[in-house]
Amino acid sequence: MNITSPASCAGAFRPHVAEEVSLVLHNATVNGEYRHLVVQTSALAAQARAGQFFQLLCPAPPGEAPFFRRPMSVYGTDITANTVSFLYKVAGVGTRGLATLRPGDALPLLGPLGQGFVLDPAWRHVVAIGRGAGLATLGPLAVAAEAAGIGMTAILSARTPELVMSEDLFRRHGAKVIAVTDSDGSSDPAHLRRLLCMMIADDRCDALFTCGSQRVLRLMQRLAREFDLPGQVALEQQMACGLGMCFCCVRDFNVGGEIVHKRVCWDGPVFDLQEAVA
Amino acid sequence: MTQMSVRIGRLTLANPVMPASGTFAEGMGGVFDLNRLGALVTKTITAELRAGNPLPRVAEVQGGMLNAIGIPSKGVAYFLSHTLPHYSRCRAPLVVSISAPTAEGFAAIAAAVSVAGVAAIEANISCPNIEEDGRAFAQRAGATEAVIRQICAATPLPVWAKLSPNVGDIAEIARAAESAGAEAVVVANTILAMSIDLATFRPRLGNTMGGLSGPAIKPIVLRQVYQTARAVRIPVIGCGGISSAEDAAEYMIAGATAVQVGTASFLKSDTMTDIIDGLDRFCTQHGLARVAELTGAIRLEADHAETAEMETVT
Repeated sequence: MNITSPASCAGAFRPHVAEEVSLVLHNATVNGEYRHLVVQTSALAAQARAGQFFQLLCPAPPGEAPFFRRPMSVYGTDITANTVSFLYKVAGVGTRGLATLRPGDALPLLGPLGQGFVLDPAWRHVVAIGRGAGLATLGPLAVAAEAAGIGMTAILSARTPELVMSEDLFRRHGAKVIAVTDSDGSSDPAHLRRLLCMMIADDRCDALFTCGSQRVLRLMQRLAREFDLPGQVALEQQMACGLGMCFCCVRDFNVGGEIVHKRVCWDGPVFDLQEAVA
Repeated sequence: MTQMSVRIGRLTLANPVMPASGTFAEGMGGVFDLNRLGALVTKTITAELRAGNPLPRVAEVQGGMLNAIGIPSKGVAYFLSHTLPHYSRCRAPLVVSISAPTAEGFAAIAAAVSVAGVAAIEANISCPNIEEDGRAFAQRAGATEAVIRQICAATPLPVWAKLSPNVGDIAEIARAAESAGAEAVVVANTILAMSIDLATFRPRLGNTMGGLSGPAIKPIVLRQVYQTARAVRIPVIGCGGISSAEDAAEYMIAGATAVQVGTASFLKSDTMTDIIDGLDRFCTQHGLARVAELTGAIRLEADHAETAEMETVT
């Protein structure tokens, strides 16, 4: 991804990141593990693009006190109604706090943040494989691909069929959906490789996208190298500021054979597929 | 409208609020107008390229955060070619935070960043001094005086000394910085601390130990600002757990001329503009025409008696 940041204080100030208090509209379970949160925001916040994220100031769950904001990738936006939605798994103190939010509650947030997915208008069909919370990150990519007239095959990976999420979202936006699970062995890398090779052979894979699985990332990197295909990966990391200031969320990246640190919050969270160190 | 400007040595700031080094970069310019700030303070730069510490680099604790980022730095050339031009159109003066492992190194980098567009140098002397067995310069008056003297000799710019709170007598260190030519002292850096994960028995920071910041340290650093302000004639810039205008006012009343805000910006990115607006209101509410009147306005025992008497009379 190419990072260009306009000089500070150049011309009249216009914010491009909203620091605001959103209003919770909906916060309910999707399945045994995930919850869907929808908040009312400003127009600026609702302009979030696929792959970008927000920093959420999660309320304190009973007896606990999260200190930092929590990064959360955008699951959906509505630029008419000015809403942003998130899909999250209750896994720690921050998400336990999020789960306590009810419609009408306030949720302070900062965003949209980071570099999202970039779609090349020359592509005709792309393939995305997501797993777990990674499906939430890839959901809006289906919306963006549809808007750009690019076809998509979405391979949704989960432990069991009950935990496969977002099939409807992907289908509604014209994606061909293939669910794979650990329980029937179809999420196995060897099987995924066969699926991907078929799509490449059918000329239905101009680019590869992934989020949520190191195994899938490694598989995609190998295939993308073999067939000389472009790709992008959305990565996660513990964050504090979310604005590229504190350098706590760095990861190793391979840039032209040299290992360098990049900030996931600022240089990413979407990175070139081959730069990620799996 | 309160007169918000304050003077820090040769510099006049439009207001007393600025970021703490390491918690500010160009990303903040997307959230609010940086020209609202009293000054801009860069992340510490070093002459050498530094990768920084192993992960995790931060951990949350009750009322604050631990960090051991390790001063990743792209060096002076990158600062001059990228960072400096980025802020060239800002009205707020740019303060450059520098660090080095030796006094000579400090002087060299101070000279290298003394270019047009830089208003002052903040010497981060809380880092280990390799000539003193790794002790921070700011842990000893002698080392503080020597390094600040060398920096001042190497630059025509105002030099601010950022002191460490990890000392027994911070006033003595501040006096050493003052006598060496510092135009201000920043009190203080983070408090050396640690935390252990009880599930794994491992330190929660990759570097084992790190600096504590946030609301948890405010009463401690406030006390150090009070002690320092009574010991030196140069301005004291308060820095430690400031999250609100009330916190900033408390620091100024204790003796600070200006304040730096760090960790609070991680929880609300425009905290500093909230503080500027809130300080203005606070002064209005207290009948103060100038924010600078807050500095050292603390009333102590003797003053109390006097005030009580006056109240009785009137």
